Amino acid sequence: MATTDFNQSQSRSIRVGDSKNRSRAITQTIVRGICFICASFSIVATIGIFAILFLESIPFFQNVNIVGFLTGTEWQMMGSVKKYGVLPLVTGTLLITIGSGLVSIPLGLGVGIYLAEYAHARVRKILKPILELLAGVPSVVFGYFALSLVTPGLRGGVDFIGKVLPTLNPMLPEFRPANAAAGAIVVGFMTLPLVSSLCEDAIAAVPKALREAAYGLGCTKAEVITKVAIPSAFSGIIASFILALSRAVGETMAVTIAAGATPQLTFNPGNEVMTMTAQIVNVSKGDVSRGEVRYQSIFAIGLLLFLITFALNLVAQKYVRKMSGGGAK
Amino acid sequence: MSSPSFLQPTAFTKKRRRKNAVFQTLCLIAAFLAVVILVTLVSKVFVDGVGRVSLEFIKSNPSQMFPKKAGIFSPLIGSLYIMALTILFVVPVGIAAAIYLEEFTIRKTRLVRFIQVNISNLAGVPSIVFGMLGLSLFVTILHLGKSILTGALTMSILVLPMVILVTQEALKSVPKSYREASLALGSTQWQTILKAVIPRAMPGILTGIILSASRAIGETAPLIVVGAVGLVTFPPDSLDDRYTVLPLQILDWIGQPRQEFRNAAAAAILVLMGLLIVLNSIAIFIRARQQSKV
Repeated sequence: MATTDFNQSQSRSIRVGDSKNRSRAITQTIVRGICFICASFSIVATIGIFAILFLESIPFFQNVNIVGFLTGTEWQMMGSVKKYGVLPLVTGTLLITIGSGLVSIPLGLGVGIYLAEYAHARVRKILKPILELLAGVPSVVFGYFALSLVTPGLRGGVDFIGKVLPTLNPMLPEFRPANAAAGAIVVGFMTLPLVSSLCEDAIAAVPKALREAAYGLGCTKAEVITKVAIPSAFSGIIASFILALSRAVGETMAVTIAAGATPQLTFNPGNEVMTMTAQIVNVSKGDVSRGEVRYQSIFAIGLLLFLITFALNLVAQKYVRKMSGGGAK
Repeated sequence: MSSPSFLQPTAFTKKRRRKNAVFQTLCLIAAFLAVVILVTLVSKVFVDGVGRVSLEFIKSNPSQMFPKKAGIFSPLIGSLYIMALTILFVVPVGIAAAIYLEEFTIRKTRLVRFIQVNISNLAGVPSIVFGMLGLSLFVTILHLGKSILTGALTMSILVLPMVILVTQEALKSVPKSYREASLALGSTQWQTILKAVIPRAMPGILTGIILSASRAIGETAPLIVVGAVGLVTFPPDSLDDRYTVLPLQILDWIGQPRQEFRNAAAAAILVLMGLLIVLNSIAIFIRARQQSKV
């Protein structure tokens, strides 16, 4: 860069003893220092998050056995016997995350392919801001959407199937007012734009020559996309899936509203479940004072949540690096 | 058929063509569904809430007793406070950090790479975790209380990675010739950044600021953790006052069993989305003007 040469020329002028140049050089040094401090805030924040989650969890694990916390199947904060088993919260989060993936991954990939391969420039110009808008809708709004439209829709759907095919009736889930399925669906909608934009970028980055070679061999467009474009954009596509799942794990308000506040170990999508994030909100909303086990428990949950999303993000970044470094396979 | 048999598509070719058509239709349906989702969402909220939106609704304070009279004055003011303070805190720090990473680092040293990795990791941390950082750092350690100041500081840490990343992109897009011309005229590197690089990168930087502002008014979870309350019937009058924000008021109303409150929630959502759309249109306008200039 030009910077190196420039620094040398500056030191020469200082030696000459020009006072204006000297004060300029001092300003430059001070500004550079301030900018460095601001940049290092990010390190401070990361260390701060790690340190606070670890330190604040210590008192909790003095009260509650860590093995019991990780393997316990009941979460019961009220009443005389308190149980702090995190598994119901983990399965709640898992149910939401997997369910949201079932929505966001196929839809997002489809939209991404459409944008990268099929859409005319004019359509893309309309569709992309719409997706950005969808990405910008606040989480509480999706919660409202789940309660007022998705759950009634699911119930109506089940009623309809039950009427048309009465034999299926015993197998159909009964949807409670707050249920895991509605939470999962709206979280899927929320993460769809993330998947679609990253997939579009990854597919659009596939070199044109690869496509042309496939067309030259007589492939149809679908074959070019599924056998050439997608495999060579694979790392980027996988990264987008993992990032969407990680976002779903950390999603809070929509699931708090849509999926309910009953921690229970269930895999029935019609049941109320409570996610780790919803539990943190639940405790924070109540009047809890420092020193109570309930207060301490949110940091233990937060630590677990942080470690899960951190691991997912690291894996995603590995795939992203593979894409930008390695190129097509 | 008049064409010779060897020119007619074989069964295999027909199957491939069918697959091709099916695949294209599936992608089209996915794109169409994405639009349908947004349209349904917006129209549902619109139908439920539009009857309640009025100047009176914006000017009166919320109430849990009288759904017909309840308004959103205090949460709206709370949201605007949080947004303004967050921008005030995050903009100088975020821009300075981006300038350091893009302009002042001659080589990508290990430290610079480490900072960069940290920033992208922070961008992926769930928002509620930032709330817990704020709870410990600002409420417990620094004794700032469950105040607006705490909320805005927490929100600033949350949006900081975004501001840095967007500003970096904006700085990267400034052609090298701008810097070289300025340096050749004898300005210092700082003068170059201030007078040649930043003005050229300004539209990108502004877009980043607007995006972080809309994040700051939409985000709820961290504010609950650092102590924003569900129902506050008066606007805050100092920085260490109790406060609520629009999304939290919406949450409170959604939780109420009566349909009138649900409608009030929808109306509040309309106001919130209106704010977001105004912010985003400013961003789109700035971007369009930049593109037409180049």
